[in-house]
Amino acid sequence: MNPVSSFKPLKNSYQQKIFGLRNIFSTKQFILLLTLVLLSPLSWAEEALPVAEDPAIEKRMLALSEDLRCLVCQNESLAGSRADFANDLRREIREQLKANKSDQEIIDFLVSRYGDFVLYRPPVKPATYLLWGGPFVFLLIGAGILFFYLKRRRKQIEEPPLTEEQHRHAETLLKENKGNNA
Amino acid sequence: MMRFLLPLAAFIVLVGFLAVGLNLKPREVPSPLIGKPAPVFQSQSLHEPERILASKDNLGKVWLLNVWASWCVSCREEHPLLVELAKSGIVPIYGLNYKDKRDLALQWLSQYGDPYTISVVDPEGRIGIDYGVYGVPETYVIDKNGVIRHKQIGPVTIESLEKKILPLIKELQG
Repeated sequence: MNPVSSFKPLKNSYQQKIFGLRNIFSTKQFILLLTLVLLSPLSWAEEALPVAEDPAIEKRMLALSEDLRCLVCQNESLAGSRADFANDLRREIREQLKANKSDQEIIDFLVSRYGDFVLYRPPVKPATYLLWGGPFVFLLIGAGILFFYLKRRRKQIEEPPLTEEQHRHAETLLKENKGNNA
Repeated sequence: MMRFLLPLAAFIVLVGFLAVGLNLKPREVPSPLIGKPAPVFQSQSLHEPERILASKDNLGKVWLLNVWASWCVSCREEHPLLVELAKSGIVPIYGLNYKDKRDLALQWLSQYGDPYTISVVDPEGRIGIDYGVYGVPETYVIDKNGVIRHKQIGPVTIESLEKKILPLIKELQG
């Protein structure tokens, strides 16, 4: 079927202009053209080029710098910071990776210059025992307090056994009650 | 009685922690390089690019390494003090012109005065990384054996000069 023959010209001149394209192209061509036009921006949308030529090194650099603190903007990692300083350190890490240094060697290099503060995961050593152990100490203290509190509470809610006299009194009360119900 | 004393005690402890926390300076990260040999560098002089200064040339004397840049605002704050200190001749001050442009740096020095025996250039901040520089200005006191003895983070002030830097220099020179 020829699509052009079934096409009714529209009265609105504006619409005519747009749909007039169909008079030039067949539907198939039109769809093809439309698809190409719509797809064309995708050809521009490449992934952002990594700064280093070597994506493997870039990946390792990013993984490393995720766990390193930027000293200028102290709540950001080296990977996430846009500070000039972070840029320089990323360059340094990249270069050392290219020189075949291991991750540990690079971390040691940075720690020897900037101290443990660059690490988001501080090492376990006497100065950081409180940091690492503190939460567990508080957990123990909390558990202890809870334990003693519950123990005391149980004592408070535990009913003391009735004395002989109270027993007899209760029994008479119960009997009276039964008598009334009958 | 206990009902009131306990929360009060907890409150006082909390205030204590907050008071200490308020007076900490998280910006000042203690340098692990103190007590360690100053990293060796070799770089061009700012004034005479063909002249190379190596840090080991300074062995045998106490010296200051001042990291500065023309783009650094707080450098202006400390600069008059450095100029005065240089005039007094107590200690030589070497400048590390950090991530700067030569013409701007030279212009800055002619405008505000030049306290430096020599300024070396570190256009890419590589020497800075070796020294653990993470902000400008920073000042290092380096002893006769080339060991870093003190690091001043941020501008040198009259107070830090009189209380820490000058007594330390006297001790090291003595």
